[in-house]
Amino acid sequence: MSTLRLEHVSRWYRNVVAVNDVSMTIEPGVTGLLGPNGAGKSTLIALMSGFLEASTGTVTLDGEPLWRNESVYRRIGLVPEREALFDYLTGRQFVVANAELHGLEAPGAAAEWSIGLVEMTEAQDRSISTYSKGMRQRIKMASSLVHDPAVLLLDEPFNGMDPRQRMHLMELLRRMGADGRTVLFSSHILEEVEQVARRIEVVVAGRHAASGDFGAIRRLMTDRPNRFVLRTSDDRALASALLADVSVRGVLLRSEGGIEVEAADFGRFSEVLPRLAREHGIRLHEVTPTDESLESVFAYLVSS
Amino acid sequence: MISPTIVRLGIRSIFGRRRGLLLVALPVVFIGLAALVRGLVGAEPKAASDTLEGLGLVVIGPLVALLATTALLAPEIDDGSISYLLAKPISRHTIVISKLAVAASCTVVFAVVPMVFAGLVLLPDEPALALGFAVGCLVGGAAYCALFALLSVITRHAVVIGLIYLLIWEGLLGGLLAGVRWLSITRWASALVEPLADVELVRLGTIYAVVATLTVICGGTWLTGRRLRAFNLTGDE
Repeated sequence: MSTLRLEHVSRWYRNVVAVNDVSMTIEPGVTGLLGPNGAGKSTLIALMSGFLEASTGTVTLDGEPLWRNESVYRRIGLVPEREALFDYLTGRQFVVANAELHGLEAPGAAAEWSIGLVEMTEAQDRSISTYSKGMRQRIKMASSLVHDPAVLLLDEPFNGMDPRQRMHLMELLRRMGADGRTVLFSSHILEEVEQVARRIEVVVAGRHAASGDFGAIRRLMTDRPNRFVLRTSDDRALASALLADVSVRGVLLRSEGGIEVEAADFGRFSEVLPRLAREHGIRLHEVTPTDESLESVFAYLVSS
Repeated sequence: MISPTIVRLGIRSIFGRRRGLLLVALPVVFIGLAALVRGLVGAEPKAASDTLEGLGLVVIGPLVALLATTALLAPEIDDGSISYLLAKPISRHTIVISKLAVAASCTVVFAVVPMVFAGLVLLPDEPALALGFAVGCLVGGAAYCALFALLSVITRHAVVIGLIYLLIWEGLLGGLLAGVRWLSITRWASALVEPLADVELVRLGTIYAVVATLTVICGGTWLTGRRLRAFNLTGDE
C-alpha cells in the first residue's frame, strides 16, 4: 500500500503558472484527476512520477521524494499521454525490454502476464508501428504493469480507445484499485471518471478546485445554476409561470424571440418545466442548455 | 555499468531509421575518394596523410559520431519515448554509457575500420599510417560521441547545432586559426596520430591532447547523465 502526497506544490514555467499551491493525498484505490484541457493535469502527473521538479512544495511517495530518485520506479508504473513508443519493436519485445530494464528475474513470464492482462496476446508479435491508437494505449499499459507496481499513474488513458476497450480498461483499473494499488488517472470527461473512481481530485487553471467523494462532487456540479434557452408557443405566459416557481432564479424575454431561463435547482426545474407547459397549454419547441461546456462547470466549481 | 537491453534497443533504433543508411554511405564515399586520390596521384605519403586527416579525421569521423549519437538520444527525447527508459530503477549514467557504447561502436565500424581501409588503399606499404589515423579517429570519435550526447540532452536542435559546430569551428576556423587547435577535438586527435603514424599534422603536445580528450569523454558522459537525472518531461499541456 503506497500513498502519494503533494504539499503546497507549485510549478511555473517562466511567467506561466502551470500548477498553483496544490496539496493532495492519493491513497490506495482509484482516484480520478479531473479537469479541462490545459488545467495542469499532465504537469501534476509529471510531478507525481518524478519527471518534473516542483518550483515550490514537496512531492513524496511514502515519505520519499520523487525528484531525482530512480529507486521509486520499482513501485511506480507510468502510462504517459504521448503516443510515441519504440515503433521498431513488436509489442512483446517492447514489454520484455521494459521487464528487463526493471531487472525482473523472469522478464518473459512477466511480459506474458501483463500482455494477457490488457488482452494483447494475439497482437503481441506484430510491430508496434502497425498498432491502432487503442492498441498502443494497451501495450503502454502492459509495459507499465510488467513489474506489478504498487502505484499506477495514467495520463488520459482512455484517449483513442473504442467503447469495448474503454470498458475493459475501466474494469482493469477498478480491479487494480480493489487489489490495494494506488491508481491515479487523469481525464477531462466527467462520465469517464465517475465510472471508475470513487474519489476525485478536480483541477482547474492549475488550482485544486475540489476534492473528495465522487457523489459530493457530482452534486456540486448538478446543483449549480443552469441556463436554458426556450422557444415556445407562448413565451410570455410560460415566463410568468416559471418565475412563480422556486426552481427558477430569473427569466429574460429575448428580443429575437424565445426566453432565457436561469434555473437554481436543475432537478426540480426539469420536472416543473414540462408540467407547467402542459397545465398552461403551451407547446415547447426547443429547450437548449447554454452553458453546458465543461469549462463552465469547472468555473462554477472554482467559484464555489 | 552497461545495460544489454539499452544496447540492444539502441542498435535497433539506429538501424530502424534512415540515418542507418547514411552511416553506411559515409564510409563507402570515404574509401571511394581514397581510391580516387590513389589513382590520381599514386602512393604518395603527403597526399595520403592529407586525405586521411582532411577527410577522415575532420569529416567522416565527426559526422559518424554526430549521426550515431543523436540518433540514439534526440528522437527519443523529442517524442517523449525516453520516458520508458527513464521510468526505471536504473542509474542515468548507465543509460548514457550504454548509449555511448553503441555510438562508439558505430564510430568503430563506420569510421575507424574504413580509416584503416582508406589508409591501406592510399599507402599499402605503410600500415602504421593507417593504424595511427585509425587510433586518432577512435579516440576523437569517442570524444565527439560524449560531446554530442551532452548536446542532445541540452537542446532539441542537436543535429543542426552539431553540424554548424563541425563546419564552422572544426572545419573552417580549425583550418584558418592556429589557436583553435587548443580547443578542437579533431586537432587533439591529429596530435595523437603524429607519434603513431610518424607524420606532422598539428603542433600540439600529445599529453595535452590525451588529457583534453579524456576530459571531454569523462566530462561529457557525466554531465549527460546528470542532465538526464533531472530530466523534465511534461505532456502537451
